[in-house]
Amino acid sequence: MMTWMSFTRRTLAGLAIAALVGVCAVSARAETVLHRGNGAEPETLDIHKMTGVPEANIARDLFEGLVAEASDGTLISGVAESWSVSDDGLIYTFALRGDAKWSNGDTVTAEDFVYSFRRALDPATASDYAFLLYPIAGAEDFNGGVNADPASIGAEAVDARTLRVTVKAPTPYFLQMLVNPTAMPMHRASFEAAGDAWTRPGNLVGNGAYMLSEWTPQDRITLVKNPNFHDAANVAIDTVYLYPTEDTATELQRYRADELDITYDAPSDQIPWIEENLAAEFHNSPYLGTYYYAFNMTQPPFSENLKLRQALALAVDRETLVAQISKGGEFAAYSWLPPGINDYAPQTLDWAAKTQEERNAMAQALYAEAGYGPDNPLELEILYNTSDNHKKIAIAIAGMWQQVLGVKAIMRNEEWKVYLESRDQKQFQVVRAGWIGDYNDANTFLDFHLSDVGPINTPGYASATYDDLVKGAALERDVAKRRAMLEEAEQVFLADLPLFPIYHYTTQHLVKPYVTGWTDTILDYHPTRWLAVNR
Amino acid sequence: MLNYTIRRLVGAVPTLFLIIAISFFMVRSAPGGPFDRERVVPAEIKANLERVYHLDEPLWQQFLRYMGSILQGDFGPSFKYKDFSVTELIWQGFPVSAQLGGAAVLLSAIAGVALGALAALNQNGRLDGILMAGAMTGIAIPNFVMAPLLTLVLGVYLSWLPVGGWGDGGLRQATLPVLALALPQVAYVARLTRGSMIEVLGANYIRTARAKGLPERLTITRHALKGAMLPVVSYLGPATAAVITGSVVIEQIFGIPGIGRYFVQGALNRDYTLVMGTVIFYGVLIILANLLVDLAYGLLDPKVRYD
Repeated sequence: MMTWMSFTRRTLAGLAIAALVGVCAVSARAETVLHRGNGAEPETLDIHKMTGVPEANIARDLFEGLVAEASDGTLISGVAESWSVSDDGLIYTFALRGDAKWSNGDTVTAEDFVYSFRRALDPATASDYAFLLYPIAGAEDFNGGVNADPASIGAEAVDARTLRVTVKAPTPYFLQMLVNPTAMPMHRASFEAAGDAWTRPGNLVGNGAYMLSEWTPQDRITLVKNPNFHDAANVAIDTVYLYPTEDTATELQRYRADELDITYDAPSDQIPWIEENLAAEFHNSPYLGTYYYAFNMTQPPFSENLKLRQALALAVDRETLVAQISKGGEFAAYSWLPPGINDYAPQTLDWAAKTQEERNAMAQALYAEAGYGPDNPLELEILYNTSDNHKKIAIAIAGMWQQVLGVKAIMRNEEWKVYLESRDQKQFQVVRAGWIGDYNDANTFLDFHLSDVGPINTPGYASATYDDLVKGAALERDVAKRRAMLEEAEQVFLADLPLFPIYHYTTQHLVKPYVTGWTDTILDYHPTRWLAVNR
Repeated sequence: MLNYTIRRLVGAVPTLFLIIAISFFMVRSAPGGPFDRERVVPAEIKANLERVYHLDEPLWQQFLRYMGSILQGDFGPSFKYKDFSVTELIWQGFPVSAQLGGAAVLLSAIAGVALGALAALNQNGRLDGILMAGAMTGIAIPNFVMAPLLTLVLGVYLSWLPVGGWGDGGLRQATLPVLALALPQVAYVARLTRGSMIEVLGANYIRTARAKGLPERLTITRHALKGAMLPVVSYLGPATAAVITGSVVIEQIFGIPGIGRYFVQGALNRDYTLVMGTVIFYGVLIILANLLVDLAYGLLDPKVRYD
């Protein structure tokens, strides 16, 4: 009896295993699936209304602009198979590929781009990122309601496969900007049929490597391979599941439990653990962003006192901050622009090579020269938005200032939106802030500190020399000369020190070893079309 | 009872109006707006956004516009989740929150009452000690500690259950979040039941029941338990409303598509329409839950009568 039982059991178990293996083998052949963490729930899939990274990640799978990025971040042909620029740098002529198709089989035409640009710039669309198209002639006036004629925008379809774009000034980074979702094309017929619901599964017609098949808010988004995509033959993954993973600790657990193949981020307090246990799967890579403290340059004591600003910047021990306090794998920053930007070498603060002891000594001397000392200590307030990391850093910096200089710093933390209002209305003395570039060009770090750009210029910096250099570079077509002007602008900026950089951001992802095709890039774009799964 | 119900519902209308008016002006008085972001947009773009969402109108006019649209059942588009209306977001999320919360309430009511009654009957015995120590621990460990602990052990180490996501809300997906949500409630209900049960067991009518020779089992189930239920019911009413409208912590940790997060995140994002929508929804549910509690009192407590 016993033997019979165990025989039956063994047979049954064997059969079950065989069946399981069989099922797995069949399903592996049938379909390749990728599970990606994607940060916050996307606010919208409307290419003209999106502002955040999670949304843009999906847009890069669903749509394709005139140009695209290869997996290593280099600019490659997108819908445009080639383009030429007129001698004065003002007219871009794009030749569209003949096999560019919408997911419903329609051909992608130059008219689609014209329509999309007009809708992006229409004041009624209320696109946050419409300003990315402002280099196009007439775009800003149309968006601002100065001119109501959409034909005044410098984009015209010469024929179905030729798009001519006129820019208002030579814009050397124009092609880089076209990678942004705002500049992607839109399928007019499906938008006009569905109206605001055009981004729903079943309605959305895109021209990217994937199609939207399912969207349950806060749960998941499912994308399936688009058979009409011109490069579909080289797209390896059939189905992509994107999960909102706002809680990074949970995201890590889901990754460890094999529910996710790629994470959006990593919990900063667990990075030491990750580096110890998952080092081979951990991608900690420089990002196009800088974390900084800005001085209020519109009010005393900082507006007129360069030595005071220098003393405060010098006394901050950045190496200690990144190694002991923030511990998120960031890089101590001595330049305003992060490394890795095309055609650009970041300029560093002239004391970057000194040791912290030497910097502290310099700081003490400058602090005294600025008119402060033990009998007359500087009292200041640091503004930051509520967050553990910002708080730790503010406490550490206040401590360093107290220790090295005897500065009495108090801290004011405000909830995000309150903080934004205080910051933008210059109701602060020293404020923590961060900047992530919009495109891979030095301009994205330099043009918002021009004296005439409004509240986006957080410190309220105003320098005629700086303005001339940045505005001059925007008109300069010679790559080397332009680069020299931008680098000089950064030098001027760092010498004036309206803000001081603390660290350069990094992006953090966990990627399973069986996912191939992943390359760390400074813009952190990883369209699924370049990835493959080889379990 | 029908009259009473109707009177209560009619009386709820001004309450609801006050809730709407107060929250509308409160949420608007908070500094910052829905379109303030890390990256400041140019002035003309901000003007476009405010015009499209009518934020450029005087506040009283916006209030009238809002009241007008909710009377037509339209709660407006979300300022943050731009592709969805507030009504859609709530109707998509509520069933999930309700399933999750409903299961947790049911579990906490059944397990909590049973354990509490058991403890009361063994008052000061060893079982009572163990149960109450367990309950105290359950109350003391907050959700946001319990949930990651459960997922780490049952999800990551043992791989028995999925760590996050909701999928179709099946048993496997729901077990961990329901447990994490219910455990503190089980503990609380158990302590509540034990306390009131001990009180009831000393009451005159129980002594009478015992004196007239009613078997102990019937005394407990028919008389003691019924009386001991009163505080539990009045706790479970609002608790049910709170739990089925979603738990921010649990939904965030498990990545569950419920409506719990909308209230808090809506407020933080200054997503005016979403905050208002959840406030109204929550307000209506609380009013209904309290009405149900009062009606249940009529059934449980002979001293309460509604005409």
